[in-house]
Amino acid sequence: MATVEELKLRVRELENELIKCKQKQCAVEDAHSQALNRPKIDKMSAEVVDSNPYSRLMALKRMGIVDDYEKIRTFTVAVVGVGGVGSVTAEMLTRCGIGKLLLFDYDKVELANMNRLFFQPHQAGLSKVEAAEHTLRNINPDVLFETHNYNITTMENFTHFMDRISHGGLEEGKPVDLILSCVDNFEARMAINTACNELGQIWMESGVSENAVSGHIQLIIPGETACFACAPPLVVAANIDEKTLKREGVCAASLPTTMGVVAGLLVQNVLKYLLKFGTVSYYLGYNAMQDFFPSMAMKANPQCNDRHCRRQQEEYKKKEAEQPKVEVVQEEEEVVHEDNEWGIELVSEVTDEELKAASGVVPDLPEGITVAYTIPTEDTTGGDTVEETEQSLEDLMAQMRKL
Amino acid sequence: MADEATRRAVSQIPLLKTHAGPRDRALWPQRLKEEYQALIRFVEQNKAADNDWFRLESNADGTRWTGTCWFIHELLRYEFRLEFDLPVTYPDTAPEVAVPELDGKTAKMYRGGKICLTEHFAPLWARNAPRFGLAHLMALGLGPWLAVEIPDLISKGLVVHKERPREAAAE
Repeated sequence: MATVEELKLRVRELENELIKCKQKQCAVEDAHSQALNRPKIDKMSAEVVDSNPYSRLMALKRMGIVDDYEKIRTFTVAVVGVGGVGSVTAEMLTRCGIGKLLLFDYDKVELANMNRLFFQPHQAGLSKVEAAEHTLRNINPDVLFETHNYNITTMENFTHFMDRISHGGLEEGKPVDLILSCVDNFEARMAINTACNELGQIWMESGVSENAVSGHIQLIIPGETACFACAPPLVVAANIDEKTLKREGVCAASLPTTMGVVAGLLVQNVLKYLLKFGTVSYYLGYNAMQDFFPSMAMKANPQCNDRHCRRQQEEYKKKEAEQPKVEVVQEEEEVVHEDNEWGIELVSEVTDEELKAASGVVPDLPEGITVAYTIPTEDTTGGDTVEETEQSLEDLMAQMRKL
Repeated sequence: MADEATRRAVSQIPLLKTHAGPRDRALWPQRLKEEYQALIRFVEQNKAADNDWFRLESNADGTRWTGTCWFIHELLRYEFRLEFDLPVTYPDTAPEVAVPELDGKTAKMYRGGKICLTEHFAPLWARNAPRFGLAHLMALGLGPWLAVEIPDLISKGLVVHKERPREAAAE
């Protein structure tokens, strides 16, 4: 039998061989893709020919859906989290011809990600942002990419993140137009929320539940709509009996379908917001079990924990007061059917009044949307607190080490 | 939620007074002092109850924490390295504690060895923020996780005692 040392040596030999193979394969692929890559296109053309990658998008203008589709090339979008939702989101925006994409993710591609879309098995081990940029650049070389392979929630990286979203626009020094949160954890969402409240940056939040059968998207305009800290996390009720939901031995499930649907809803909202068509959703939920899509709007909470959110609310109020009141009279054509023998009529699920009232500590939410948990208004529970101490931080650190 | 013993231990940890995160230059040093005070008290209490089970220390600015935790199973002591960074949103959000050497051994873990806490933990933390500190995180997060996962990992042979692998192999 071989000794441990011999086996270790053999493992190292094989690892080196693998690296060489990978390098060779990459070189071949690069040469291949360079031969296949189309040249950059200066101006989007509406010409309907097989060779025009934008012809079907530009057709949106001719059909009267979008006024000025080319404008998409002037926008910069930052995608934070390039996983199941973020990667598909980035691909959709790339194919739509967005001006610039900033991608943030600290993770590597793993084989366990292969139940989701976009990444491929041969990319396992690469950083997600690096692998994504490579694929996306091949799909559309007109898009500018900027990638950052780090965790935005740590001190140093957060400062850099704030700097890039406020200066990383298409024209260097300008802020990005929109941030999309496609992360999978509370800390990262709160970090994005903190940054956006400080900078007054508009962003959209997205999420898929850990049981993979519900999701949501949300537009957050600091000071105007509820920020992520204004209320406890919202969840789309999947109407599953908690008792039948087994959590033993797993952390999270995921489905390519739910993630694809949520990415689609997110980018649709982005396009409507940037290119100004249709109605932009403030909050749209997706319950996959019943195929139910609850929607609502929620105002910012005047008692929000985030002081920058409260500051943005003050500024928004001032701006609103300065603006002359414009009465918008919307003339709605009444649809009159010849006959209606079954007495069918449309009934709105939520009125605007009800939506406006839906702010506060425990928000009044429409059917299908609920909060993950509630928070008591005032801490009533007493309990010992740390005493005043004469000791310095260094003393305390030393004391802890000596224990 | 947590069992009776955990609840009793937690109720003895002093609550923190200063609502400040690592980005708050003025107040963070005070909060950091309170973190150390609460941690010292918690470790002393554990020692007094003959249930000493972790050590933790930070870099100078208190943003990165490292330490060890140990678990006694069938009279043998199993020790693990632990580490975490404080998120910029601390203490409104709890840090993600990692036990890197157990990465890949249990499904109750996210990549990088970050432990996956029960669904009760986030609401509990949110309801008690900002008065809960790192000592509470140890008592309510890492402690219960180790108590469930380590015996299971040992029984599956995924965690082997450092001085016993030879014996185990010889059996």
